[in-house]
Order: sequence, then C-alpha cells, then structure tokens
Amino acid sequence: MLPTAIIVLREVLEASLIVGIVLAASRGAPGRGRWVAGGIAGGVLGALAVAAGAGEIASAAAGMGQELFDAAILFAAVGMLGWHNIWMSRHGREIAAEAVKLGTDVRSGERPLWALAIVVGIAVLREGSEIVLFLYGIALAGGSGGPAAMAVGGALGLAGGVAAGTAIYLGLISIPLRHLFAVTSWLVLLLAAGMASQGAAFLMQAELVPSLGANLWDTSFLLSEQSIVGKIMHTLIGYSAQPAGIQVVFYLATLVIIGGLMRLIGSGGPPQRARAPSHAPAE
Amino acid sequence: MRERVLAAALLLALFAIPAKAADPQVTILLKDHQFTPQDVPVPAGVKVELIVQNQQDVMAEFESTKLHREKIVLPGAKISVFVGPLDPGRYEFFDDFHNSTRAFLVVK
Repeated sequence: MLPTAIIVLREVLEASLIVGIVLAASRGAPGRGRWVAGGIAGGVLGALAVAAGAGEIASAAAGMGQELFDAAILFAAVGMLGWHNIWMSRHGREIAAEAVKLGTDVRSGERPLWALAIVVGIAVLREGSEIVLFLYGIALAGGSGGPAAMAVGGALGLAGGVAAGTAIYLGLISIPLRHLFAVTSWLVLLLAAGMASQGAAFLMQAELVPSLGANLWDTSFLLSEQSIVGKIMHTLIGYSAQPAGIQVVFYLATLVIIGGLMRLIGSGGPPQRARAPSHAPAE
Repeated sequence: MRERVLAAALLLALFAIPAKAADPQVTILLKDHQFTPQDVPVPAGVKVELIVQNQQDVMAEFESTKLHREKIVLPGAKISVFVGPLDPGRYEFFDDFHNSTRAFLVVK
C-alpha cells in the first residue's frame, strides 16, 4: 500500500502543481473550469493510450522513441506556456486593472485557455502514463498487498498530490489581484524553462544534442532532486542538482526568448508595473 | 550531375554516421529488485551502450540523476541507454519505481 501511495503521490504532485498554477493564472476567465477539466480528461485518456502503446513507443526511432516522445511533448508544453505568457503580457494588466477599477473579481477577457488546457493535458499524460504502467504491473504481479491495498494506496497518493496543487492554488489566489498575474507570469515562465531543461535532457539521452559538460555543478548535498522538496522545486523552477551544460543552455534560452517576447509585445515584461502610458492607471 | 553525386555521398555519409555497433556494450540485469552486477564495470573515455534487461513482471525505470538518464523498462523488456565518454569514478543509478534498488557504474 505504502509504495503505491508514494509513487502515485510523486507523479500526481507534479501534475497537480502545474494544474494549480494554471488555475491561478486563468483566474476569472470565463469557462476556465471546463477548459482545465477538459485538459485533465484529455490527459487521462492520453495516459491510458500511451501506457497501452508503451512497447511501441519504446521500440520506435531505433529504441529512442521514449526520449523523442518525452522531448516532443515537453517542448509542446513550453510553447503553450510561452504563448500564454506573451498573450498575458499584452492583456493581463488590462484585465486586472479593469477588475480593480470595478472592484470586482476578474471576469472579463478572452484568454488563450486552450493553450493552458494543452499544458494541463500534457502534464497529466506524462505523469499519468507512468502511474498506469506502474499500477498495472503491480496488479499483474499481485504484489503490494492485493487490489484493496493498492486502491487505498493509490487514493492516498492521489489525495496528497491534489492537496498540494490545491495549496499552491489557494496561496496564489490570496495574492492581491493587482499583482496576481505578475506572479503567475513569473511562475509560468520558470515552469516553461524547467520543462525545456528536462526536454534537453531527453534530447541528450537520444544523442541529438551534446551534453556541453556532464555536470556543471553539484548541489545534491544541499537539496537532493530525489527528496520531496527537491522534486517540488524541480517541477516549479526546473531545479536540477547536477545539471548538464545543455540543460542550462535550454533553460536560459527559454527565459530569454519568452521573457524577451513578453517585453517586446507587452512592452514591459511580466505585468507587474505600469510602464507604457496606456497602462498607467487613469482617473 | 556532380551535385547529385555529392548529394548522394552526403546522404550515404549521414546514414553511415550512427555506426553504433562499434560502441562497447554492457549488460545490466534487473531481477527480484536487484541489479546485477552491483558494480557494473564500464571503460572510461569511450561511449558505451548499456543494455538494461528487466526480468521482473513489474515495470522499472532505469534512472541516474548524475548521468541524466531516465528510461522506462517494461516488464520482460530491455532498453539501450548510451552513456559516456565518462571520466573514471562511480556513478549511481537506480530503479525509479523501486527506489531502494540501486547499483553503480564503475568507470575505469
């Protein structure tokens, strides 16, 4: 029961933190619940499909199918997060300013919710497919104390993971509205950079990019990536205790490219302060 | 015409490059939640193909934080993971789905 709970918790935690951030970033957008639920549902279906086709994926691309698949969906998620942020750099301030002015919660504004739904779907698919494979294997082997213990373990793990996502969501939405989207934009940016760094590791494993130094530094004595806190930091900001050079390159490039486009298009980076005259609080 | 020959030569060269057969292979067995051998001898300074065979009926994930490798090994299946060229030393790896299952690459 306990091993099942721990594995499920670990996988759910990652997806759940991402969903929590996405929900906070889309606060007030009409229909966001449906989009996010759709993303989760799509991710669960995708996870089942990926688990069912795991053998085929593994043997594809001369045995490098897993690596290419993981890299592809990670970079797709990076693209979606980037798109969301660039869009919000232009419109986030208006949305927040209007809500503050009207003294209501944010309601207005079309938002690129589909992009966030895809991110949620990918997060659920990645972590979910591992859970499915793991539980299926255990169920077949009849281990871990039988189906009842497995179900209890799975439920405990799921509950723990969802609790963490809920906590980050509640923490984020307690931030005053004026600052909320600035904070979520930064979180989304770091999330994207972390995913790009993970994607780079898979490209490196598939031998498509050089490592540029196997371990640029080693901070595993400070914070191990295998600890729970390490895992959370790994998900949230892409923390790696012993990163390869190429991962750092991808991480920084993602920050610079998305951050640069946000600045260029939104004229002022994450929407923290009014800089351009059109964004100055009128009246 | 000459361009075509050149293009054909380039194309051939492209397929010729991934001549992975030349890389030394090292086999690691995973059975009863234990890697065999526990200290896997690996030559230093060259690229090596690790072949990980999962002889269990549960899924495993071959992972090394230091080497940045993580790859699922389905029950009864085997995977290839290329590592190196590595400096001499000990590199820990583990089964990410059974965290106490650990062993080392011993690079000499």
